[in-house]
Amino acid sequence: MKTMISSKADLSASLIELKGVTKVYGKGQAAMNALSGIDLRIDKGEFVAVMGPSGSGKSTCMNILGCLDSPTSGTYLFEGVDIGKLSRDQRARFRRHYLGFIFQGFNLLSRTSAVENVELPMIYRGASAADRRILALRALEAVGLTGWESHTPAELSGGQQQRVAIARAIVTAPNVLLADEPTGNLDSVRSREIMEVLTTFNRERGITIVMVTHEPDMAAYAKRIIHFVDGRVDSDRPNTEVA
Amino acid sequence: MFWNVLLLALREIRRNVMRSSLTILGIVIGVSAVITMVTLGGGATEQVSAEISSLGSNLLHVRPGQRGRGPGGTRSTADMFKMGDAEAISREISGLAAVAPVASQAVQAISGNQNWSTAVIGSTNAYLQVRDWPLEDGRRFTNGELRAGKTVCIIGSTVRKELFSNRNPLGDSIRLGKLSCQVVGVLESKGQSGFGSDQDDFVLLPLRAVQRRIAGNTDIGGIYISAQDGISTEKVKKNIERLMRELRRIAPGQDDDFHVNDMQELVSAMTGTTRVLTGLLGAVAAVSLLVGGIGIMNIMLVSVTERTREIGIRLAIGALARDVLMQFLVEAVVLSSFGGVIGIILGLAAAVVGARLLSVPFVLNPGIVAVAFVFSAAVGVVFGYFPARQAARLDPIEALRHE
Ligand SMILES: Nc1ncnc2c1ncn2[C@@H]1O[C@H](COP(=O)(O)OP(=O)(O)OP(=O)(O)O)[C@@H](O)[C@H]1O
Ligand SMILES: [Mg+2]
Repeated sequence: MKTMISSKADLSASLIELKGVTKVYGKGQAAMNALSGIDLRIDKGEFVAVMGPSGSGKSTCMNILGCLDSPTSGTYLFEGVDIGKLSRDQRARFRRHYLGFIFQGFNLLSRTSAVENVELPMIYRGASAADRRILALRALEAVGLTGWESHTPAELSGGQQQRVAIARAIVTAPNVLLADEPTGNLDSVRSREIMEVLTTFNRERGITIVMVTHEPDMAAYAKRIIHFVDGRVDSDRPNTEVA
Repeated sequence: MFWNVLLLALREIRRNVMRSSLTILGIVIGVSAVITMVTLGGGATEQVSAEISSLGSNLLHVRPGQRGRGPGGTRSTADMFKMGDAEAISREISGLAAVAPVASQAVQAISGNQNWSTAVIGSTNAYLQVRDWPLEDGRRFTNGELRAGKTVCIIGSTVRKELFSNRNPLGDSIRLGKLSCQVVGVLESKGQSGFGSDQDDFVLLPLRAVQRRIAGNTDIGGIYISAQDGISTEKVKKNIERLMRELRRIAPGQDDDFHVNDMQELVSAMTGTTRVLTGLLGAVAAVSLLVGGIGIMNIMLVSVTERTREIGIRLAIGALARDVLMQFLVEAVVLSSFGGVIGIILGLAAAVVGARLLSVPFVLNPGIVAVAFVFSAAVGVVFGYFPARQAARLDPIEALRHE
């Protein structure tokens, strides 16, 4: 594991722990509880699938786990460190050193080639230009995009864009990979390929994966399945039928 | 690390060609407009002051008629001067360097098959002295020629160009109306006057020749007087006015039927005018700088939506706020200084061409170049940097949701 974000890191603690996390959008009458009290522990090396109906707060929870959004109340502990108490720069460093994030909406830089999009996180990690290029090409190969490196998002299909987004998240080999419907735009063959890549990551490198999905077939790859309903954890059980 | 950031910024600039070129264009317009206008304005001011000094600043001009009346009106009400008036002035008034009585008329000048309508000025060698006008070639009039009213002439450089092109005019004859007249001298060129007329377009003859052979009378249309150095033209003017009232028997309380122009007065009037002109040009330049600045500002602000999402993405995948800001700052600095340099080059080029077209000297003003550059660059940097700073303060998800 890489350097700790703080000397207060507690190795006996869970990797990720959410305690009574809520998220309220809007104010007054228009207020809307996207998350109403989430308690959750995820240990190092787990592969967790998050399922649930649309609007049940899955993406909201992922954004908080990804340190992209702040909860309205509750605490988010990472290795025992309270992420809510970190400064803006410390949070940025936390994202940089620990997390890889696959957005539901891809969020690629427009007018920027696939390979440059994938290189982007490496730039902020200080990798040399040559290393960046090699790793980026390798990540694109892993998601089956060899030959599409110089295409911009506008020149790629939805599924191809999604795979660029996946490559961008795995290129840094993060400790924790947060994937919001990573196979939402892919056919079943492609989806299976991507899931193989993720499973290999989880098994061989011990990378912790939290993945939102609507498809039971994909959730079947995970070792644990959490169901969200109306901003709450409805069920949380180990996956018995591992693919 | 710096090269890394610079490279990132350059890549980003290339990627957004449209936005980048519009930003650069705004800066180019602002900078080049200011530089062109202020440079031309400076040239015009210099030109005017050079022309004023070419008139001779200790020059006085006495004319019949009241000030402000046209020459037609003058002739009907006031008597023309006679030779006696000029003689009286040089005899009675102290502190004078030269007195040149002048009779002039429009004529058609012909040499060979060349034809040119110009003015004939009848005077003495004193005319060349009061106007401080050197000969380029040939000689002045001899006393004999002046006394006898010989038909010899000294021609201005425009007349020489129009009638003789490249030929040597000395010794040749030109025809002025029915009069044939030998060229004995050519004047140096003085160029345009501060009032826009061509000072070199005339033929100078002995006064007597013009009076007798062309005008057919003994009138003098005006008298040029130059004061000695160090003598106040104001005092000389007073003395001349007193003398002329006496000579023309104007009763006390009655208005003058002549007037004395003091070039010194004219100088201050002209200087005032050019100062106003320069001020106006400066104002126009400031407006164009402002318009250029607003252009840059608009482009920067319009691109904020797209760029805010970009900032959100960069923050989400591991950039520190300061990485993003550094990139935006370098981008803005590169664009602004690139635009600034192009603006300076274009502005100076336009000023050089404009100066040639308007035939004013090219006077470089480094101060204004610096001011224009700094202002535009500052606008570019401020409006490129501060929206980015706003965005970099947000949670990444807020920046990503920005519409
Ligand atoms: N920025 C926002 N402002 C207001 N409400 C929001 C915002 N983002 C999400 N919500 C609301 O919060 C709730 C949870 O949204 P979320 O995106 O977490 O759902 P989800 O479980 O990811 O759904 P899906 O499966 O469709 O992606 C929804 O009802 C949504 O309308
Ligand atoms: Mg979602």
